[in-house]
Amino acid sequence: MADTVLAGDLRAYRIVLGSRIRSQRAYRFGFRLDLVSSVLVGLVELAEVLVVYAGLSRGLGGLDVAAVVLVFALADLGFSLADMVVGHCDNLSTYIRAGTVDVFYLRPQPLLLQLVTSDISLRRLARVAVGLAALVAGVAVNDLILDARTVVVLVMAVVCSTLTFAAMFVWAAGAQFFLVSGAEATNAFVYGGRYAASQPASVWSRPLQAVFVFLFPMAFTAYLPTLLLLDLPGSGWVPGWLGWLSPVMTLWAWLMALLGWRFGVRHYQGGGG
Amino acid sequence: MSVTGVPASRARPPGPSGPVEALRPYWRIFVAGVREQARYVAATLGGLLANTVFGLLKSALLLAAVASAGGSFGGYTAPQMATYVWLGQGLLGSVDLFGRSALAGRVKDGSVALDFLRPVDVQAAAVVSEVGRRVFALLPRGVPSVLIGAVFVGMAVPASPPVLLLGALSILLGITLSVATVYLVAVSGFWLVDTRGVQTFYMVVSGFLAGLFVPITLFPDWLLVLAWSTPFPAMLMFPIDVVSGRVGGWSAVGLVGAQLGWLTLVLVVGQVATRAGRRRLEVQGG
Amino acid sequence: MTEQPIVEARGLTRDFRVREGLRRRVVHAVAGLDLRVDAGEAVGYIGANGAGKSTTIKMLTGILVPTSGSVLTCGLEPVRDRRRLARQVGVVFGQRSQLWWDLPLRESFRILAAIHHLGREQERARTDELVERMELGGFLTTPVRQLSLGQRMRAEVAAALLHSPDLVILDEPTIGLDVLSKQRLREFLVEERRAHGTTLLLTTHDMGDVERLCDRVVLVDHGTVAYEGTLGGLARRADAHRVLVLDLAEPTPDLLGVPGTTHEGSEAGGLRQRLALVGEGTTVASVLAAVSSRAEVLDLSVAEPDVEDVVRRLYASRREPPPTDE
Repeated sequence: MADTVLAGDLRAYRIVLGSRIRSQRAYRFGFRLDLVSSVLVGLVELAEVLVVYAGLSRGLGGLDVAAVVLVFALADLGFSLADMVVGHCDNLSTYIRAGTVDVFYLRPQPLLLQLVTSDISLRRLARVAVGLAALVAGVAVNDLILDARTVVVLVMAVVCSTLTFAAMFVWAAGAQFFLVSGAEATNAFVYGGRYAASQPASVWSRPLQAVFVFLFPMAFTAYLPTLLLLDLPGSGWVPGWLGWLSPVMTLWAWLMALLGWRFGVRHYQGGGG
Repeated sequence: MSVTGVPASRARPPGPSGPVEALRPYWRIFVAGVREQARYVAATLGGLLANTVFGLLKSALLLAAVASAGGSFGGYTAPQMATYVWLGQGLLGSVDLFGRSALAGRVKDGSVALDFLRPVDVQAAAVVSEVGRRVFALLPRGVPSVLIGAVFVGMAVPASPPVLLLGALSILLGITLSVATVYLVAVSGFWLVDTRGVQTFYMVVSGFLAGLFVPITLFPDWLLVLAWSTPFPAMLMFPIDVVSGRVGGWSAVGLVGAQLGWLTLVLVVGQVATRAGRRRLEVQGG
Repeated sequence: MTEQPIVEARGLTRDFRVREGLRRRVVHAVAGLDLRVDAGEAVGYIGANGAGKSTTIKMLTGILVPTSGSVLTCGLEPVRDRRRLARQVGVVFGQRSQLWWDLPLRESFRILAAIHHLGREQERARTDELVERMELGGFLTTPVRQLSLGQRMRAEVAAALLHSPDLVILDEPTIGLDVLSKQRLREFLVEERRAHGTTLLLTTHDMGDVERLCDRVVLVDHGTVAYEGTLGGLARRADAHRVLVLDLAEPTPDLLGVPGTTHEGSEAGGLRQRLALVGEGTTVASVLAAVSSRAEVLDLSVAEPDVEDVVRRLYASRREPPPTDE
């Protein structure tokens, strides 16, 4: 029984995704436009980072230009993968206003699973490609030798980064049950977090480190793994070895996300509508 | 937060003289834009939070860069860099770097034809009401952002009343220029099937070339020339340079003059495009 | 199968805290509501906007937690057993779509079939049945957003019925539909009930829906049941009567004092007269018999009371006017 139930759910997800993909391809113009703009946005964001580092012979926060390409790449790749699969979650407030959430309640699947599987943004593939290209470039310009340790760290970094950003989207969805017109407040941490992820955490003040290293573990998505890859020391609250805790912090992010979601759903049933 | 009463006292024209009467509808539209914006308190607080978080991260990075460069980075000292960051964050809710507008939708579905029936100039009404909305956003978004920056990071303040006045003018020109340029994006819909491409391009490029994330003085020469040949630096970078005092004296006046030049150009193009679009609409029967 | 009711609510209550300016106020959207719907019944759940209809439905389906009281839907606790319940209930919200907006209609059925774990054979049989009876064949490949309102509502109802639920809840299913579309939808629902014994709970403003579809009405006002019974009983309760309109052969003095009636008016010098049937058990035949000794009747018609008028009267007879905000 459990097998057929699971198979049915998977089939439903496959059909939804399949149709999404077809319908996104159907809007040819919009799709191509999104592809081009995604690439352009990726390049502009990379340029913003490079422009700063290019003017600094002594580097910044213990990173040089080459190292920061790696930080940017890991952050961008993780974020764009998460955005592609669950990025629509932080639109929950529009789902609530449109009554879509009520419809989710009428279907025999877990609500979060329905929300996650309700859409997929294939146009983000272009963005993923930018992140991937940046990662390849980052590996090359830092002369990384792809030995076992490096590969392990790279895989760990990409997986944890993606999952952590996905957790941020889910957390934002949960928070939006409370803040129906407050999507901007969650943006502070979802997109602010994305911005933080491509920075060296060593330049932050202690309060910023508390928020973006430990509360929302953004430093673990790109900066700390880069320290591991390049054998850099780090500083103060963010020593180089801390990056090995990325999986733990990913779990922490998901704990927060699921608790936030649970509280949000309770709140909604309790009369938020 | 309450602004009622303040505009009302100034709204009343001194007498039924010609030009004042002619401006009166635009003033009403401006006030309506202000009122509308006052309702979105929750969204405003959320926006302020996002603004602050981005500002803190940006200033952490750029101030560290100033220190690493030995006290001056791209021509900015630490206090000037702080002003750059926080003024930029403050203006973000007012300078239109997204390129979306309600008018674009009205052009697309043809309901703009109704706007042409009203006894006001379509371009003037659209620009003025939007500027009203965006000037008001300075109160809940701009001022708190700048205050937060001043308290937590410390920043350069305008040295003298004339500089302050010039800075205020420069900010107003920057906002108006951005709105007038977004108007061009909207009316491109008279000729294009879909303006999303133009709008998206505007959104991607404007922030970067206006110097939202890094001062454009850090750009390599070719990129700097490219930026200067667009109106975007005049929307954000110029006002910031004038207010922070990084550019002073007659150079500052020159920047404001350049803003005026860009604004005139954009408005004229907008007016011409509006008239051509209207003719096109009439020929095709809307 | 069992004698257990499909819906059983006891003392169901739901409060909302609303902000009015700076002050907070508690609104009792549903206040101590008792409701029982037996298997196979068709019940019209009617009332003004803001009377508590939508809130009740949200509690029946597990979207909202009751503030107090209890509710069992299909023998399940809606919030706790939401997912099991979802397999046994079909809901149509008139104003919110559960179809996939930018996909062809057919895709929505395929997705819903998968969601409800219908086997391939079952899926095909049921889809074919619904497509045929709801006449959806002409636009199965059209994206939902391009359907007309009438087409979309038929599709919504079909989608809610795809998994053959025991209970179908329809929230304003005919709102905004033209006469023909309403007619089709009603006919389909009558047939569906006959074929599958489906239980129907219907909220509506449209008394035509109630008259044609429902065995019983429940009138809700200020979150409590104001009336429960037949539609005819509701009319009597509100003191609304059937009116006999008589066309007479020649001008006649007002027909006063006919047993079981009151004279409501005369036109054309007494050529046309209207008598309200007020007494219990008064029939058209008995009135005609009484009248025939006094005048020659050429033609007659019976005007049924307007049910919306009935509801309005009933509200008026109960203290203040109903609230109008949702």
